[in-house]
Amino acid sequence: MEEEFVLKIRIKFKKQGQMRFIGHLDIMRFFQKAIRRAGININYSEGFSPHQKMSFASPLGVGLISSGEYFDIESDTAVSSEESLRLLNGAMVEGMEVISFKKLPDDAKNCMASIAAADYILHITGDSNPITKEITDTFLSRDNVVITKKTKKSEKEIDIRPFIYELSSNENSVFMKVASGSVNNIKPEIVIDAICSLYNLEAPKGIYERVEMYANIGTEDNINLVSLESLGENIE
Amino acid sequence: MRKLALDDDILLTIEKPARYIGNEYNMVKKDPKEVDIRFCMAFPDVYEIGMSHLGIQILYNMFNEWDDVYCERVYSPWTDLDAVMREKNIRLFSLETQDPIKDFDFLGITLQYEMCYTNVLQMLDLSGIPMFAKDRSEDDPIVIGGGPCTYNPEPVADFFDMFYIGEGETQYRRLLDLYKENKKNGGSRKDFLKLAASIPCIYVPSFYDIEYNADGTVQSITPNEECAPAKIKKDIVLDMSSSPYPKKPLVPFIKITQDRVVLEIQRGCIRGCRFCQAGSVYRPVREKNIETLKETAREMLKNTGYEEISLSSLSSSDYSNLPELVNFLIDEFKEKHVNISLPSLRIDAFSLDVMSKVQDIKKSSLTFAPEAGSQRMRDVINKGLTVENILTGSMMAFNAGWNKVKLYFMLGLPFETKEDNEAIMDLCELIAEEYYTIPKQERNGKVNITASTSFFIPKPFTPFQWAPMCTKDQFIEKATIVKNKMNTLLNKKSIKYNWHEADLSELEGLLARGDRRLSSTILAAYNNGCIYDSWSECFKYDMWQKAIEDTNVDMDFYITRERDTDELFPWDVIDIGVTKSFLIREWNNAKEGKVTPNCKLQCSGCGAASFGGGICFENKN
Ligand code: SF4
Repeated sequence: MEEEFVLKIRIKFKKQGQMRFIGHLDIMRFFQKAIRRAGININYSEGFSPHQKMSFASPLGVGLISSGEYFDIESDTAVSSEESLRLLNGAMVEGMEVISFKKLPDDAKNCMASIAAADYILHITGDSNPITKEITDTFLSRDNVVITKKTKKSEKEIDIRPFIYELSSNENSVFMKVASGSVNNIKPEIVIDAICSLYNLEAPKGIYERVEMYANIGTEDNINLVSLESLGENIE
Repeated sequence: MRKLALDDDILLTIEKPARYIGNEYNMVKKDPKEVDIRFCMAFPDVYEIGMSHLGIQILYNMFNEWDDVYCERVYSPWTDLDAVMREKNIRLFSLETQDPIKDFDFLGITLQYEMCYTNVLQMLDLSGIPMFAKDRSEDDPIVIGGGPCTYNPEPVADFFDMFYIGEGETQYRRLLDLYKENKKNGGSRKDFLKLAASIPCIYVPSFYDIEYNADGTVQSITPNEECAPAKIKKDIVLDMSSSPYPKKPLVPFIKITQDRVVLEIQRGCIRGCRFCQAGSVYRPVREKNIETLKETAREMLKNTGYEEISLSSLSSSDYSNLPELVNFLIDEFKEKHVNISLPSLRIDAFSLDVMSKVQDIKKSSLTFAPEAGSQRMRDVINKGLTVENILTGSMMAFNAGWNKVKLYFMLGLPFETKEDNEAIMDLCELIAEEYYTIPKQERNGKVNITASTSFFIPKPFTPFQWAPMCTKDQFIEKATIVKNKMNTLLNKKSIKYNWHEADLSELEGLLARGDRRLSSTILAAYNNGCIYDSWSECFKYDMWQKAIEDTNVDMDFYITRERDTDELFPWDVIDIGVTKSFLIREWNNAKEGKVTPNCKLQCSGCGAASFGGGICFENKN
């Protein structure tokens, strides 16, 4: 008997421009069809209404753009990464681009379980950036940044400072590397809001972009972040 | 990247911004400066409904294959955006280029149901196009209507420059060529209308004067321009297989009502049910060649990535090569995880067999549309479905594992009695009894029978166009009879009964057989804030009521009056091929409960053979 052979593939894509008005569920539906249009081999679940074996790293909110989104698929055969990219990009719309197609090691966790951190940029669309370098520096020098997190039922105080790994700023943007995923998920707006309320700034107008998502291959105390795509390798 | 017509703040606060940004897969991109004609195709309802409409996809694809035309789309802004656009003075725009509709050469509005008329006014209003055709200037787009409601376009006639009567595939090229020629010659808007009127299927309502009798009926319909013919002749596609079909249909981002590949297998219907307008106005039946269909299915699935395909026609079971087609779809696509959806199949051994292959029997239900409860009434409406058909079909299905049955009926049909209403429930009871003849250990739990009734609305160009329609109270009374009858049944626990609201039916009845004088009523309703009338959450019955009172409409005149067969109807300016004498014959047959055979069994000489094609010329042996 032939052995069941499953290829795990990680796909990285960009969602730019007007595509930011399309919500996460619709992006999933978009890729389900795009995979079929491109003729990419993908496995299906069993049962009366089988669905594609496809899982996304992390939903991106409506309004955000991204140059580092991920999903994993399972397949039993795959052509080269180069060819797959060509096929997939032939099935995209303006604003969507697939940028990497990599085979994962057999024991790899799926992208949703792997994600530990993410990079975000706030692109300022107003005239100037009120969050100057001095501000980000003083912010980073603080030991804690306590914010109140409101949920439907309760209010909770949390210190977000430990989950902000990097923060910098220039004339027209603010960059941050923050914890992400199921354990500590820091949304970029929370950081910007915290800065604005600490330093009495008017919230800057702008567009948020997710730039990259990372897995932690170090330990909890000694983190070592690598991009989700670097866990896979190109198919030649 | 295109600049969007709505700014980010608006798009991020309204519901489903994807409705307004275009960019769907297979959206056509052209440089508007490089074309001669900009045509905007409009569906006066929300995106998810409009995008599900096959006709627009067909014409969008056909127009855009022509180098000199750029066809774009627009749908009604939902109520949230509607309010924002009014407040901020934002003009209605197309999805492709996001340009104002007012800048287009044509605005083509499809009229699929009467209750979209206030949305037609919404679209014109938000576009900044004068609502009345007579007030439009040389710079305004030509507003052209199409779709089933154009078989009686009179209630909205004043809002349109012209109507295209029939199937769009055939005469649009000629119409657009005339437009170009007129533009080249420096002709005016009126000059173009005159040229257009030379096409037999183009109706320019302003070229006709309507005179009324003292009793309110139409006395005469008289052309007031030499170019205007006495009658407008519906135009149809004769060779369905070679006629344009969208091989690359648009694939929306958000879920729409018809979220699948739609394969049209034939047009028209052989059955001749006497209440059915589609069955009459789409005559004669024309089938598509099976090889064309196979190829089209393949291409469409490949070009869209859809995981579902559905057959489309008024009565799929009558397609001559149905078994071959369905088996092809199953063999070819089931392995590729494509769901196959088969609506409007008659229940028989074949359909049950394929249904068991393509759907989950436990979840799906059997659907019957007897339309009337008693055999007498089914003869009146010429619905050739007998109790035996239904019971045998049900039993076969029960044995195969089904236990859900849905039945559709109409209430308020001509010559209907209390017994006929009650017969709806007798039929449900019979089905239930049939089910419980199966030994307990062999059956699949309880049987679930759902009977739904809608209220009958007489439509133009049907044998029932002369029939009185019920009032709201009569409708409710009939529904109550059915409900009371249900409560007397032994198996009432297995039966569920649903019925529709009567408010909307009454208005639909008014507009369906209305005349030109109703334009002021529709406008008044719109000015009272009515839009999206077919959406129960938006429907404002009291505002319509007020409009009807303020414009002095006599509802009985339009709704409950029985018309004489010699009455001139507002829609008699249109010739659908089916003759009035045939309709009168059918109206008389209905009175006598006499059944007329379908076109496959025997031609009844309805007049549609005048088109020179379709079924009328096939079974000649
Ligand atoms: S002319 Fe005869 S065959 Fe043709 S549509 Fe009419 S009834 Fe049917």
